[in-house]
Amino acid sequence: MAFESLSERLQNAIGKLRKKGKVSEADVREMMREVRLALLEADVNFTVVKDFVKKVRDRAVGAEVLDSLSPAQQVIKIVNDELTKTMGEAAAPLNKAPHIPTIIMMVGLQGAGKTTTAGKLANYLMKTQKARPLMIAADVYRPAAVDQLKTIGQQLDVPVFDMGTDHDPVDIVKQGMVQADLQKNDYVIIDTAGRLQIDDKLMTELANIENEVHPTEILLTVDAMTGQAATEVAEGFNKRLNITGVVLTKLDGDTRGGAALSIREVTGKPIKFTGQGEKLDQLDVFYPDRMANRILGMGDMLSLIEKA
Amino acid sequence: KKSRQTFGEKINALFANFRTVDEAFFDDLEEMLIESDVGYETALKISDALREEVKLKNVKRTDEVSQVIVQKLVDIYGEAGEKEDNTLHYAEEGPTVFLFVGVNGAGKTTTVGKLAHRLQSQGKKVLLAAADTFRAGAIEQLQEWGKRDQVPVIASAAGSDPASVVYDAVEATIAQQADVLLVDTAGRLQNKVNLMKELEKIKRVIQKELPNAPQEVLLVLDATTGQNALSQAKQFNETTQVSGIVLTKLDGTAKGGIVLAIRNELHIPVKLVGLGEQMDDLQDFKPDEFVYGLFKG
Ligand SMILES: Nc1nc2c(ncn2[C@@H]2O[C@H](COP(=O)(O)OP(=O)(O)OP(=O)(O)O)[C@@H](O)[C@H]2O)c(=O)[nH]1
Ligand SMILES: Nc1nc2c(ncn2[C@@H]2O[C@H](COP(=O)(O)OP(=O)(O)OP(=O)(O)O)[C@@H](O)[C@H]2O)c(=O)[nH]1
Ligand SMILES: [Mg+2]
Ligand SMILES: [Mg+2]
Repeated sequence: MAFESLSERLQNAIGKLRKKGKVSEADVREMMREVRLALLEADVNFTVVKDFVKKVRDRAVGAEVLDSLSPAQQVIKIVNDELTKTMGEAAAPLNKAPHIPTIIMMVGLQGAGKTTTAGKLANYLMKTQKARPLMIAADVYRPAAVDQLKTIGQQLDVPVFDMGTDHDPVDIVKQGMVQADLQKNDYVIIDTAGRLQIDDKLMTELANIENEVHPTEILLTVDAMTGQAATEVAEGFNKRLNITGVVLTKLDGDTRGGAALSIREVTGKPIKFTGQGEKLDQLDVFYPDRMANRILGMGDMLSLIEKA
Repeated sequence: KKSRQTFGEKINALFANFRTVDEAFFDDLEEMLIESDVGYETALKISDALREEVKLKNVKRTDEVSQVIVQKLVDIYGEAGEKEDNTLHYAEEGPTVFLFVGVNGAGKTTTVGKLAHRLQSQGKKVLLAAADTFRAGAIEQLQEWGKRDQVPVIASAAGSDPASVVYDAVEATIAQQADVLLVDTAGRLQNKVNLMKELEKIKRVIQKELPNAPQEVLLVLDATTGQNALSQAKQFNETTQVSGIVLTKLDGTAKGGIVLAIRNELHIPVKLVGLGEQMDDLQDFKPDEFVYGLFKG
């Protein structure tokens, strides 16, 4: 990674503080500057960073740090603590409908990874629950989107319902549900077209699908490399739809993935899965603590605490 | 000249909101820059330079200040891009080849489709190479664009060797005396060593047949991307010597400010911008409009 990790940054601070023993509020302020920088470089949204740093500072200037003999260690602990807490304490499982089928709808910006993740989820459900999923091809806009989902269906041996591209996506989903009922599929996964959260017409289309079939899960799919816009995007989708969870894709890259924190903070919805590659078995449940460490570049955090 | 003036006017309107130029003003400026993804370092560098300039010129009135700032911003931008050239380069003689590279889902295939349409309407004979043989439906996607554009697509079966598709496409380009070959490649994250090597091989195959090609290696970047775009530019540049950037999805709310950092560090110019999913949603990069865009809403 090109960026200095927070632990590296704070290591300097520790060096300085050790000589002095106890810390002043000015020292805490200096450390908070480093925390802020690390978060911004990891692409956490500016506004989210502000709020987060304030939370950490409030705890840090409390007796906890000022009276401590190892203040830097305390700060790292608080940061990691707060970050993990914000990220959601534990991996949240997929909701299941009381009666079959459980309906999962994939939504998100263009190219985020919805179609691929639809296939990954079908695969995951078959492997873990011996499920019999049906996928619905409701993207009538992107060239060959239907072919893409059908190919994935063939690779997994999962049926794909499609009506080509000359029908309204709401109708396609309705018809697809009829087929799922007939064939007693226990899961239905709806692949929708990528869209901008500011595209009112296409956002209404999603809201109409939601009102028609009331999905059990509406999963906002977000590219882990997303920058500052992550908050606007998440807010935009969350406002128009009852988002139930988030999938963070392309985490097999070298991005810090600060968008995860931004999205969590503005939607309050759990991140349920992460995409770890292009292959259909490269889906992982979400681990908040790992994500926290990744954002801060704190792979070596534990050893640092021991040293401190 | 005209567009610069408009840009200046627009910036002036923005700065008119600030009554006085105090520290809060520069804080706001810095914040706006950070929120456009230019990165913390670059934001700091720019706002420091502006602060310095305002002090140096000893300006107090907001209207004066805004003029100084506009000029300085354009200078900072121009300096980094001095030896850059944001036009597309074509072979002086014989066929031209453009190679498209980038991470997954950035907009490579769509950009190939859009550019093919533009070139075709300019009367050029265009061919497309479907060298993404990996992703489900990738070949069909490019073929669909080929149909829209009425441009032939050289493709092979899914799962076949992409380098051999490219070889076939270059041969066809030469045989058919086509003017431009656009090569669509599979998306790949820059930290995947084997996949990056595959790109190197594709480039070698092109060069073996046409020593001066590819005339452009275009890195397609999603404007929604944050600081990772810098790592993308570095890695792709190392393996394929990127000659220009296509900044896509600027029709969204993301500002794509990271290309400023890329410009400062790697001196790779943006050549095209994507503004939507339709055939005509492709434009040449206009630096002034882009810089203004960093500060909008
Ligand atoms: N490396 C990596 N690539 C991924 C991952 N998830 C998806 N992709 C790739 O990202 C690209 C876009 O994925 P799609 O599934 O087509 O995305 P989408 O959201 O359906 O795109 P649209 O339908 O065009 O909006 C493809 O090249 C996928 O192979 C992931 O977790 N890791
Ligand atoms: N709004 C908007 N969407 C775009 C733009 N360019 C591409 N897209 C959309 O982004 C998604 C991904 O585009 P592709 O062209 O398939 O991207 P790619 O880089 O070829 O993807 P892979 O081959 O899977 O790596 C599609 O839904 C496109 O329609 C743009 O400028 N604006
Ligand atoms: Mg899709
Ligand atoms: Mg493609």
